[in-house]
Amino acid sequence: MTTAPRLSDARVWTRLQPFVAVLLGAIVIGIPLWLVVVTAGKSQGEALAPNLALPSQWHLWENFATVWTAGEIPAAFFGSLLVVVPTVAGVLVVGSLASWVLARRATRLTAVLYALAISGIVLPPAVVTVVLLLRHLGLAGTALGMIGVYTGIYLSTVIFFVTGFVRTIPVSLEEAAQIDGAGPFTVFRRVVLPMLRPVLATATILICLYVWNDVFYAFFVVGGRLDTLPLNLFRVASAGLYLNNWHLVFAYVILMSLPLVAVFVVAQRKIISGITSGAVK
Amino acid sequence: MSTAQQTPVPVHSGTQTPAPVPRRPPGTAHRRTHPMWFIAPALAILGVFFFLPTLFNFVYAFTDWSSFKSDINAVGIENFTDLAADGTLFSALRITVVYAVLVAVFQNAFGFALAVLLERDTRLNRVVRVFFLIPVLMSALAVGYVFQALLKPDGSLNQLIEAVTRHPFQYAWLGDTTWTIVVVAVIHAWKWMGLSMLIYLAGLKTIPEDLLEAAHIDGASRWRAFWAIKSPLLAPAVTFNVATALLGSMNGFDIVQATTGGGPARTTEILNIFIYRTFGQGLFAQATTMSLVLFLLVALMAFPVIRFLRKREEIL
Repeated sequence: MTTAPRLSDARVWTRLQPFVAVLLGAIVIGIPLWLVVVTAGKSQGEALAPNLALPSQWHLWENFATVWTAGEIPAAFFGSLLVVVPTVAGVLVVGSLASWVLARRATRLTAVLYALAISGIVLPPAVVTVVLLLRHLGLAGTALGMIGVYTGIYLSTVIFFVTGFVRTIPVSLEEAAQIDGAGPFTVFRRVVLPMLRPVLATATILICLYVWNDVFYAFFVVGGRLDTLPLNLFRVASAGLYLNNWHLVFAYVILMSLPLVAVFVVAQRKIISGITSGAVK
Repeated sequence: MSTAQQTPVPVHSGTQTPAPVPRRPPGTAHRRTHPMWFIAPALAILGVFFFLPTLFNFVYAFTDWSSFKSDINAVGIENFTDLAADGTLFSALRITVVYAVLVAVFQNAFGFALAVLLERDTRLNRVVRVFFLIPVLMSALAVGYVFQALLKPDGSLNQLIEAVTRHPFQYAWLGDTTWTIVVVAVIHAWKWMGLSMLIYLAGLKTIPEDLLEAAHIDGASRWRAFWAIKSPLLAPAVTFNVATALLGSMNGFDIVQATTGGGPARTTEILNIFIYRTFGQGLFAQATTMSLVLFLLVALMAFPVIRFLRKREEIL
């Protein structure tokens, strides 16, 4: 009868686990998020010292309206889009073109090129001298310069993921198309690209996440010249905290996070399986 | 070129007779089907926007480039000796390494604990997992501001502690020259623990059920089965998580900037904070020097760590 207590241990844990999970989630994630929502709903006087109490009167929409104009959210939103969309499109197209050839041609040269191409995953970008370079190129402070910098930084990640994925696809499908007389570009577009969809989805999510939320590289490249959501949050917060405008800071945080949260809620299952399938092989 | 000759088309590799089609030299076949110029755009972008600035780092770190004068002169290793002399170089290096290690430890501990807690695929667990992924989606800057508000001396955390212990509690979580770096590392780990959890969950799923059953039949306790079977099989997930946590925190900026801005008394001033601050002051050469230091630090630290973790995977 030695197994009896052990079994009941397991049963106790099975009963207890849901409560532990919910409690932990409520404390660790719930409290910070609660603070954001209630503070964003308060008047300036009530929000001076942010706490977990409910606002005596909700001012959420007024605060949204205030930061919408003070934080220039429409301009920042389009600035962010202007940078994120071409960056993602660029890294996916250029990256998967290169990855396909890098995966299929097993020569010493391609091995060296592959190592070089993925080194950017590890190595930090030279943020200061890139500004100088953009000045020489006439791209300083422009969206195009920012797109180039982001593409340079995240191309490595895409090439790493996609090359690994291409290696798992059999070559026979490509060969069938080649025998039918299709050129390399047609083979890539018609045969290879459709099969890359899952890994491209993963890469899209990761890079959107990085670029949409980036403030560090944006500071150096477009700071003060182009509005993006994180740059404007920084501006609102730097001015706002000085004036103790916590209600505006958190109203901005909510508005800024909504697009990504909305995308995540809609495509939640795909995103989770996409991220995890790339990492553990 | 022996490697090139060993790359027949995989379809034929199973047959024992050589393929009936006359073989072309492999190079020419690939030249038509997988042309090298497909790699060219990627290499051009990487070359211009990644490698060229990195090369510039090695040049401009040895100059007096600044916003105060228009000409740029070589000054040798003066920037390095200046930064070393006033102690900034080594303190920033030490703080960056300490921060990276702390983040790697916390992020993996939290992520692993969450994965074990939420391992079973019940509906409730799936909902709770999504909850823990919200910080991953949020901007790091926003996360920093949330915790700045939460951790003020008169903030919510201290109020909660007062309510529980019924004693006045006014600890300045972000104003302690010794412990604030740990607090900020915990915040960084809080933001990214959901991602680590996902990776560990995926790792746990790869463990075959019959292996655990066999251990159970052999009389192994749940605890022992966990440590003897599950944890070694999680090695690839550990590699990925430790490597990404180290790299992410060494390149960190937003969370530190939004919580402490490098303070108190510059005890949380990691390299990127220093780079940002000196760049803003127009001291471009000093910022470049630290950027080069960061580059060398990551190159020296990351590659051995990844190799070590990979080797451990092979042994286990």
